[in-house]
Amino acid sequence: MVIGVTTVTSTAASLAGPLPLPALPPTVQEAASWEPVLPGLIVLLPLLGFVINGFLALRAAALSSAAVRGGNDWSPFAGGTTPATHRLPTIVGPGVMLLAFALALLNFIGMPDDLHEPVVRSYWSWIATGDLRIEAALQLDQLSAVMMLVVTGVGFLIHVFSVGYMKDDIGYPRYFSYLNLFVFFMLVLVMGSGYATMFVGWEGVGLCSYLLIGYWFSDREKSDAGKKAFIVNRIGDVGFLLAMFLIYQAFGTFDFGPVFAGAEGQLAAGGTTVTAITLLLMLGAAGKSAQVPLHVWLPDAMAGPTPVSALIHAATMVTAGVYMVARSSVLYALAPVSQAVVAGVGVLTALIAATIAMQQYDIKKVLAYSTVSQLGFMFLAAGIGAFTAAIFHLVTHAFFKALLFLGAGAVIHSMHHAVHHAGEHLDEQDMRNMGGLRKYMPLTCALMWIATLAIAGIWPFAGFFSKDEIIWYTAAWAGAGSNPFGGLYAVYWGVALLTALMTAFYMTRLMVMTFHGSNRTGAAGAAHLREAPPVMTLPLIALAALSIFGGWINVPEGLRESFAGLFGVLPMSEWLHHWLEPVTHAAAEIQVAGFGEAAHSAPLGGGEVLWALASTLAAALTVAVGARLLGSREYVAAAADSGPRAGLARVLHDKWYFDEAYEAVIVQPLLRLSRWCWRFIDTVIIDGFVNATAQFTRLAGWVMSLFQTGQVNMYAFVLTVGVLLILGTTVFLR
Amino acid sequence: MLTPALLLSAALFAIGTLGVIVRRNAIIIFLCIELQLNAVNLAFVALSRYTGIEGQLYVFFVMTVAAAEAAVGLAIIISIFRHYETVNVNKFNVLKW
Repeated sequence: MVIGVTTVTSTAASLAGPLPLPALPPTVQEAASWEPVLPGLIVLLPLLGFVINGFLALRAAALSSAAVRGGNDWSPFAGGTTPATHRLPTIVGPGVMLLAFALALLNFIGMPDDLHEPVVRSYWSWIATGDLRIEAALQLDQLSAVMMLVVTGVGFLIHVFSVGYMKDDIGYPRYFSYLNLFVFFMLVLVMGSGYATMFVGWEGVGLCSYLLIGYWFSDREKSDAGKKAFIVNRIGDVGFLLAMFLIYQAFGTFDFGPVFAGAEGQLAAGGTTVTAITLLLMLGAAGKSAQVPLHVWLPDAMAGPTPVSALIHAATMVTAGVYMVARSSVLYALAPVSQAVVAGVGVLTALIAATIAMQQYDIKKVLAYSTVSQLGFMFLAAGIGAFTAAIFHLVTHAFFKALLFLGAGAVIHSMHHAVHHAGEHLDEQDMRNMGGLRKYMPLTCALMWIATLAIAGIWPFAGFFSKDEIIWYTAAWAGAGSNPFGGLYAVYWGVALLTALMTAFYMTRLMVMTFHGSNRTGAAGAAHLREAPPVMTLPLIALAALSIFGGWINVPEGLRESFAGLFGVLPMSEWLHHWLEPVTHAAAEIQVAGFGEAAHSAPLGGGEVLWALASTLAAALTVAVGARLLGSREYVAAAADSGPRAGLARVLHDKWYFDEAYEAVIVQPLLRLSRWCWRFIDTVIIDGFVNATAQFTRLAGWVMSLFQTGQVNMYAFVLTVGVLLILGTTVFLR
Repeated sequence: MLTPALLLSAALFAIGTLGVIVRRNAIIIFLCIELQLNAVNLAFVALSRYTGIEGQLYVFFVMTVAAAEAAVGLAIIISIFRHYETVNVNKFNVLKW
């Protein structure tokens, strides 16, 4: 922790000053007609928050350990007044986020429409060795602007929520320092101007994810979950690193500008190199964004505090993989095989995660699998080349999934107090122990219903537009004239439609089990169920507004004149699409050149409007029927229920046995191999060699000691003989 | 003239060395060491005729060191004698493994 603080502050010092810009690539200087407003400061503000909160956390730790050494328990909340270490983060944590958001907004508004090249700000030369030159540089373009807004905006709301959620936690300043550090790294990730800079953010958010999952580190299970996340991410990072090496080999640089500009000329379309690069990048993205088969860490990551799950494991960090694929859109467009793989992995992930979500009882686990499933949708979109749709779903998903997680957080918070006051030992996250919470938390219930309708893809909520766009583009590209994988895409389309309905179902199940039906908390606990305080509900309201209206930023042109666009009333037709055009147009051109124009009808016939109408009606029907069927069902409290006994339901409840399979195929063999290495290689061979050396030395010493007789004459004799031998050899054997 | 002098020196040195190796009495060993030193002195003096004055200079150094050594060595022998009541070096054999 201390090491982190010092290194990072030195970075801060060098970032802050108005440094002279080293020579930039010529393309960038031409486009630099627009001056971004303090882009370095956007990154620096969360870092500043980390430094301040980190200092407070160290101070609190020092106070605590001093008290423990004195034989006392230490609590920041004893004695009525909260110490400064636990008061200041309330201002600093959300404060720096608000400032960063304001700056990001300024840059977003000021960004000119005719900005066709990213504006790069280089701060210092990070690595210069041989031919390799890596600048510590940030870049601003349309894509990074959108990501910055999501990260700082949703991040700010979640910071505010955290003030209410974490206020009774002893590690309050530590929590905010990690959260601020996470935002810093996330901003480096989305603003970095090359794969190397991006990798810094990539690893940094992984670190913060690990720190925050294991935030309650005294609980073995939770710290293990942190390790699991870190290790699974590491597997993906191997792919990312190898891809970076290949990129360097092909282009001699890591910077986005030259790589994307030169990709079409230097790499054969569909060739081995570009396919290898994109598949390896995909491996990295799959690790970070929890795609099958590397999705196993994300549900376990729910061990962290709920706002962390909302920020890191739903809204921002896990979407880094999607961002990376969208950023590398040119490379993916050149590798149709990789595109089909990305889309396939995405759609498979969406399906598997959605099936698992239908049989989970832990409210956060349902949301975790829902996140995995939605990330699968984003990968499907990125895979089929609908990069705008991927980013669009990323944005709307950030809104409604953050809302769902924070709503779940409010529920858990309330349940925690109820269970605590009643002195019972109920699992406060198990939906079987909830039920009927609508009576106690009407506002949270209403807001979460909004998010549910949004994620279910029901018009006019945000999720409808983004999810429908993904599904429609899958259908349209399946019918593109010369798409070699047209049949496969048609299958993807069908699975995506099915998964969308499953989404509607498992979310309805979550809502019914949590908020409706009879209360199963027990009378003693139910008396203490309360609505969350305003500091927690206000961010929820803001997110709910975004979940309703957020989708309107990209009403598809084909739907604008139909019901979905209120027959032309909704403004901003395909705004996001046009906004991201400078980033995505190169990939789009390559794709059209390879696949031909996208079709105007789905594989089963029917146009965009028809399928949009059908999907929203089907989703609405699923919600209505699901609510009715599940609502009439009597759930029993978790203590009296061991879950589904057999059949498919059991398999889904046990998550398709992914963890068990990894345990059997990877973990146990690895453990056995490690044991063998320990018992044979280490104990027998290495230790044996060392021991044999020691034994030999002892033996030699014993033999030599026999010459030490203690007889002076003997020594004199040996000495004389030795001198004679030496003299003899030098004189006679010359 | 040189050859007989060096032969004498060699003979004296060999006798001294043999004495150090075979005799048990510490005083005799001591005398033999002095004999070795003086054999070397003889060789120095004999050779200095051909090589220059340095050989004779060294002889003075050797004599000085020999005198000092005699003083220290005899003191040690007396001290050992007081402890063991003998000067037989076979008895002084504790300095070993």
